[in-house]
Amino acid sequence: MSRQTVELEIFRYNPETDSEPGLQHYRVPYHKDWLVLDAINYVKDHLDRTLSYRWSCHMAVCGSCGMMINGEPTLSCKAFVRDYPEVIRIEPLANFPVQRDLMVDQDDFLAKLESIKPYIIDVDEHPLSEGEKSQTPAQLAAFKQYTGCINCLLCYAACPQYSLAAGFIGPAALTLAYRYNQDSRDHGFAERESVVGSNDGVWQCSFVGACSEVCPKGVDPAAAIQQGKIASAAHYFKQHLMPWSKS
Amino acid sequence: MNEGPWIHRISRRQWWFGASRYRRYMMRELTSLFLGTYAITLLVGLWRLSQGAEAFNAWLAAMHSPPGVVFSVLMLMAALYHSTTWFNVTPKAMALRFGAYKLPDAIIIGAHYGAWLLVSVGVYLFFRS
Repeated sequence: MSRQTVELEIFRYNPETDSEPGLQHYRVPYHKDWLVLDAINYVKDHLDRTLSYRWSCHMAVCGSCGMMINGEPTLSCKAFVRDYPEVIRIEPLANFPVQRDLMVDQDDFLAKLESIKPYIIDVDEHPLSEGEKSQTPAQLAAFKQYTGCINCLLCYAACPQYSLAAGFIGPAALTLAYRYNQDSRDHGFAERESVVGSNDGVWQCSFVGACSEVCPKGVDPAAAIQQGKIASAAHYFKQHLMPWSKS
Repeated sequence: MNEGPWIHRISRRQWWFGASRYRRYMMRELTSLFLGTYAITLLVGLWRLSQGAEAFNAWLAAMHSPPGVVFSVLMLMAALYHSTTWFNVTPKAMALRFGAYKLPDAIIIGAHYGAWLLVSVGVYLFFRS
């Protein structure tokens, strides 16, 4: 069963010239140690220079090469050709507008990411002369898992809720909101809550759990969102039952 | 979301027939309707009890008839599926930390099954006549 070649069915669409998208077939050499990304690079280098797609690091760090491989949101640099059948279908990430071929427009995600203020919000400025702010291992453990997000958008492509409810802030951005809320150096919970605790925030999530299943970094966005719901509900009750308390 | 020239979205009406993980999710949610139906059935039993012995015995007979037994078995299967699938995702919502140590998922899930078993045995002992 020595395979010589493998067939790629690649989604092609150029909005400037094509009235609608189509699939183009390419036959590329089969190598046991090739990633799907290597096969796509072969197409670009040897068969069709017009193919457009994003990639950079080739080692699941940059988060650029996310695409639908046989219908599953996948990093093409983390998927071996040998694990797929003879024909591999490659399409752009679902739920995002296609710019061209396999490249999608990320603007919606980037605006939502910005809206949850993904940075440490401190109560006042600390001069550098004060030195670093140290954390205990327990304080680090409270959020470390969620720092692994590489913004690859696979979770958005897998999320049915993001597909159906256009305003949904979505898995990665809500996870990062939770990551900063859990950070002992951060005091931005109340500022983020207007977005995180809104109808388009954690409460839009129906806990399908698809985000965590496709996450290539084991970040588990579904867990961050469910725990974010608990934090949001606790904040709501605290505000209404103990209006004198500040948080 | 921005209106782009082309977006692949799931079907608003049929998406849960698509990926197997969507079907599993829908099964988890839909089986709650079976639990609700069974709760209503038990409430009907209580209501029949309030109408006297004859009415209650008629309800009991209906529950013991072949269709009644099939109904109960179906409800039990749905309840088992619903309960186990929810128990298995509880660690996502319950992250129990003691300092830097996080309680393993298996212990949180196991505690739910343990509590379920205890309550079931308790209910059985209480109603055993």
